[in-house]
Amino acid sequence: MAQATNTVEAETRSYVTGLRCRLCRAEYPERPVAICEECFGPLEVEYDYAALVRVISRELIASRPPTMWRYRELLPLGVPPRVGAETGYTPLVPAPRLGAALGLKNLYIKNDGVCHPTLSFKDRVVAVSLSKACEFGFDTVGCASTGNLANSVAANAARAGLKAYVFIPEMLEQAKILGTQIYGARVIAIRGTYDDVNRLCSEIVYTLNWGLVNVNLRPFYSEGSKTVGFEIAEQLGWRAPDAVVVPMAGGSLLTKIHKSFAELQHLGLIPPARPRLFGAQARGCNPIVAAIREGSEEIRPVKPRTIAHSLAIGDPADGYFAMRAIRESGGWAEDATDEEIREGIRLLAETEGIFTETAGGVTVAVTKKLAEQGRLSPDETIILTITGNGLKTMEALTASPPITIAPKIAEVERLLREGI
Amino acid sequence: MSVTVRIPQPLRRFTENRDVIELSAGTVGELLEQLERQYPGITERLREPDGQLRRFVNIYVDGEDIRFLSGLATEVRDGTEVSIIPAIAGGSESVLRC
Repeated sequence: MAQATNTVEAETRSYVTGLRCRLCRAEYPERPVAICEECFGPLEVEYDYAALVRVISRELIASRPPTMWRYRELLPLGVPPRVGAETGYTPLVPAPRLGAALGLKNLYIKNDGVCHPTLSFKDRVVAVSLSKACEFGFDTVGCASTGNLANSVAANAARAGLKAYVFIPEMLEQAKILGTQIYGARVIAIRGTYDDVNRLCSEIVYTLNWGLVNVNLRPFYSEGSKTVGFEIAEQLGWRAPDAVVVPMAGGSLLTKIHKSFAELQHLGLIPPARPRLFGAQARGCNPIVAAIREGSEEIRPVKPRTIAHSLAIGDPADGYFAMRAIRESGGWAEDATDEEIREGIRLLAETEGIFTETAGGVTVAVTKKLAEQGRLSPDETIILTITGNGLKTMEALTASPPITIAPKIAEVERLLREGI
Repeated sequence: MSVTVRIPQPLRRFTENRDVIELSAGTVGELLEQLERQYPGITERLREPDGQLRRFVNIYVDGEDIRFLSGLATEVRDGTEVSIIPAIAGGSESVLRC
């Protein structure tokens, strides 16, 4: 590991040229700000692609340790990562048994349910944003979270020696609360939904000098999600898949996976392709799906009611951009009821031995629908992005009481005779 | 008695750095017109030329997003608190369409 760290230090150099407003194109230097002062549009990190294309190659990337930092030139960090140096490069698992159940022959699971250190894809965005927070000199960090981000901010802040304040909606799974407090983070529950939490946090950054990863550090934070797409392409042997199914809460992951394939093509790392992006939401919180279905340009916010708490964002920050990415790519979006979500979790577990959280249940259930609708074809290479671990959302399921017997072989034989 | 309007930090350069403004109006739309009269130029940041709210601007009346109420026609009365809050988004269109 020491050797890996040294390699990171030797080669780190930022290719970021600044921040730019997505709407009015105003430019800003790199600083902890997410909103354009002119038009309130979102700010995005810009890179010097002309320089990047001369530097980056498949060989260079392949020579590096199997972490998200193997793509470091495409991440907005000018110094070695302060936290999360071991994060990413999660398995891309062929899923033939799930594929057989869904009628899809080349199905893969991108399993971020085993991401280091807190078992969700949020470890990627936090690795970038907390490292960036250290670069900007913040001593206190935090986030607005539906749970997974809370876990990751708390764990990584502990490792970086930063003070953490984590804001969550009051209705959240126990595992996600405990899995945040254990790291010494201050957990503050807000009466209301995630959207109320988010609104409060967007006011906090104007009052307190804190680095909130998905608020004032958001342009840097969201770039971390690109590594999901980079890894998928590399793990497929440097090509884009035909389709990716992505769960949507705020919609950022989907837009950044879209961007990741565009960047790889632009830099000549993968052949030209047009991967279709498919978005998955819970029926009880489906504002982006609704807009796609209706062909609307507006995302109408909703009041979430779903067991998929990690996707329960009724006013998705990147909903508009996710919708555009889905349409541009030729994809679609679907939703799943709570019962379909539970069935999806069980189906993935029983066919591929992967226990995912409720968001993963949404992704599996939606993939099933898309296959039934003929929007996914049997021979295509299709990726399911599984973003979190089932051990965190156990409340969504009910365990059947196990059969209890005496420690006697006759008892086992009796059970087998009864067909159990 | 009047309506309290909370001004977000990025707009305070229009309001002589005041974070709270007291105005009288019957609806959110009227409130924005009052605001513009008092601080010319401010609502250009909030509304599109056709009068609609900009995509990344949210307005809350007593804590509720006006998109769940009646939008700009949402009624306000004495004692109502109105907050103007820029929405946080990460934005990522195909930056590389070239």
